[in-house]
Amino acid sequence: MSRLYPFHGGLKTVRHKTESNQQPIQRAALPRRLMVPLRQHIGAMAKPVVASGDQVLKGQMIGQADGYISAAIHAPTSGRVATVETRPVPHPSGLPDLCVVIDSDGEERWVERQPVDYRALHPSELRNILRNAGVVGLGGAAFPSAVKLNLSGHRERLETLILNGAECEPWITCDDRLMREQAAGIVAGLHVMVHLLEPREVLIGIEDDKPEAIAAMIEACAGTGYEVRPAPTRYPSGSVKQLVKLLTGKETPVEGLPIDVGVQCFNVATAYTVHRAVDHGEPVISRTVTVTGHVRQPGNFQALLGTPFAELVEQAGGYQEGVERLIMGGPMMGFALHSDEVPLTKAANCILAASAEELAPTQPVMPCIRCGACVDVCPANLLPQQLYWHARAKEFDKAQDYHLFSCIECGCCSTVCPSHIPLVQYYRYAKNEIWAQEKEKQKAELARQRHQARLERLEREKQEREAKLRQKAPARAARAESEGGGKLDIETAVARAKPHPDAANPAATRQQDA
Amino acid sequence: MIAAILVLSALAGVSGLLLGFAAIRFKVEGDPIVDKIDAILPQTQCGQCGYPGCRPYAEAIAAGEADINQCPPGGENGVVALADLLGRDPKPLNAEHGAVKPKMLAVIDEQNCIGCTLCIQACPVDAILGAAKHMHTVIASECTGCELCVAPCPVDCIDMIPIAQTITTWKWTYPSVTAKAAA
Ligand code: SF4
Ligand code: SF4
Ligand code: SF4
Ligand code: SF4
Repeated sequence: MSRLYPFHGGLKTVRHKTESNQQPIQRAALPRRLMVPLRQHIGAMAKPVVASGDQVLKGQMIGQADGYISAAIHAPTSGRVATVETRPVPHPSGLPDLCVVIDSDGEERWVERQPVDYRALHPSELRNILRNAGVVGLGGAAFPSAVKLNLSGHRERLETLILNGAECEPWITCDDRLMREQAAGIVAGLHVMVHLLEPREVLIGIEDDKPEAIAAMIEACAGTGYEVRPAPTRYPSGSVKQLVKLLTGKETPVEGLPIDVGVQCFNVATAYTVHRAVDHGEPVISRTVTVTGHVRQPGNFQALLGTPFAELVEQAGGYQEGVERLIMGGPMMGFALHSDEVPLTKAANCILAASAEELAPTQPVMPCIRCGACVDVCPANLLPQQLYWHARAKEFDKAQDYHLFSCIECGCCSTVCPSHIPLVQYYRYAKNEIWAQEKEKQKAELARQRHQARLERLEREKQEREAKLRQKAPARAARAESEGGGKLDIETAVARAKPHPDAANPAATRQQDA
Repeated sequence: MIAAILVLSALAGVSGLLLGFAAIRFKVEGDPIVDKIDAILPQTQCGQCGYPGCRPYAEAIAAGEADINQCPPGGENGVVALADLLGRDPKPLNAEHGAVKPKMLAVIDEQNCIGCTLCIQACPVDAILGAAKHMHTVIASECTGCELCVAPCPVDCIDMIPIAQTITTWKWTYPSVTAKAAA
């Protein structure tokens, strides 16, 4: 077996995998009504291209990618668009966001699907197909994949393409089941990625608590040269930079991306959707999601995007007694939801109904004793207590000196802290404040420029008016001369010199010109 | 009193750091003091300070004609940042110039707008679009919330509304449970 390069820190966590990974993926029931958010990815929200009352087919584009970092959104089933408006979405704020609400007609009528031969396509054409199919990272970050499948501007050649099947968070098993059941499809998607990126080597990282998935992937990779690399279970091995280190030994620069060291990394489920998009002409309209924790029959579901969480929980047998919190994602990196009426999105890999047992007991927070336990476990090689210190004091640039933005919010530090300090909450707060201040600064700068431009325009217009008056002046003087001069004429001249009502209104004329 | 001093000095620290950051980020070679003051002012261009815009106020401060606590949109943080820059003591905002308010956005009731263009003439950042006798619209992303367009409107059709929080503007808050316990 090939060498592994353990990353610093990390934790052995309780797994809780067998609760949900024992049965095959079930197809979730078709919901009557789907709420499909137009922002399911990092980057600009998709632009809606349907309106209420429109009939849509399954797989029809309902939101267009808006800009380079964006992704398209499609109707998960056929039916009628009830409305396009803001609805609750899975987000830690509980705030609503723009959704296309579709009443399904139950017929599941597909739009015309066009599989393509990717080998015959120009890379940029192929990337456009993936963009228009709404392919984004399904590991949780939901970054548009077409962007990551484009090397130009980064480097000549990719060293390593990594497929991430580590699935290191407790409770989550959707990638495990997908690898067991759809290994061939995942590898087919991997072929497309390899075609686009031409890496020197392809490595597939899977934690060794998934022997069946490892076996299935090894079998599917036979004869391809792609290498499956089982890795010991250690949270967060599935986090990108840590996985890159683990498999290649390369350290991603502090403020950099794996591509800076010649590595690109995709989730196994993403590869599967690439395969569906290219070889079947199907856009991303569903995903595998683990529904687990305090539900009666935990399991994995292939569910349409836009399906309300409550319906998925119901199909998992419903809540057990004592559920205290509904979490999207895992217990380490996930966030609590405000309601179970929010819809499934591309980023939702797990719905965890947590009771007091699953939640770490809330204990009184004590002062930091500088024990250093957080430093020992930080997989990003940071000094969490220093970050905490500065974030708490709102000393944001000092926090940045300690590389706040390299923190992956893995929660290892909070987990081990003997003083029960909610460290990650401080880091999230500090990051958000820094971004907000940056935006304020940019807005102020824009206002300064616009104000300056206005002053210059007013000045220019004033001078133009004066110039016009001066031009007219000799003519007036001549006329005054011929008429022998007189007060009357001066008065009319003054009247003429008075700007026309519209001219007094430079902004208005400008707007008309524009 | 002691609390106030503590708060202010804490703010001074923070803003000083921010300022340092801003100075590095927005550095212009050969920065005169007016530019540095102007860089701290919020650029709302509302005139509440008693000057026709942020830059004139910056010039007045630099010339020693105006005090540093006359800009309500800049808030206490702004005063502290100015104090820090100028090596003076921070002081509370001068209430004569108005109170700190949440940022607002102008919205024109397009049904009632008569297209008189008076608001366009008032807007310091050209954030209003419209031609004479046609209804006008505020470009939300460019409105600074200065309120200067509200008074000139003869039919009272401009409202200042609070800026709605959305998913993209929402922020994680300061962890509250622990604020006292971890002190
Ligand atoms: S683990 Fe907690 S108590 Fe220990 S140094 Fe880190 S923050 Fe302080
Ligand atoms: S949450 Fe951030 S600081 Fe804490 S262990 Fe993880 S990466 Fe390190
Ligand atoms: S009061 Fe208004 S015009 Fe004066 S400096 Fe502050 S934002 Fe600028
Ligand atoms: S639209 Fe009104 S409130 Fe907004 S910047 Fe212009 S004048 Fe000020």
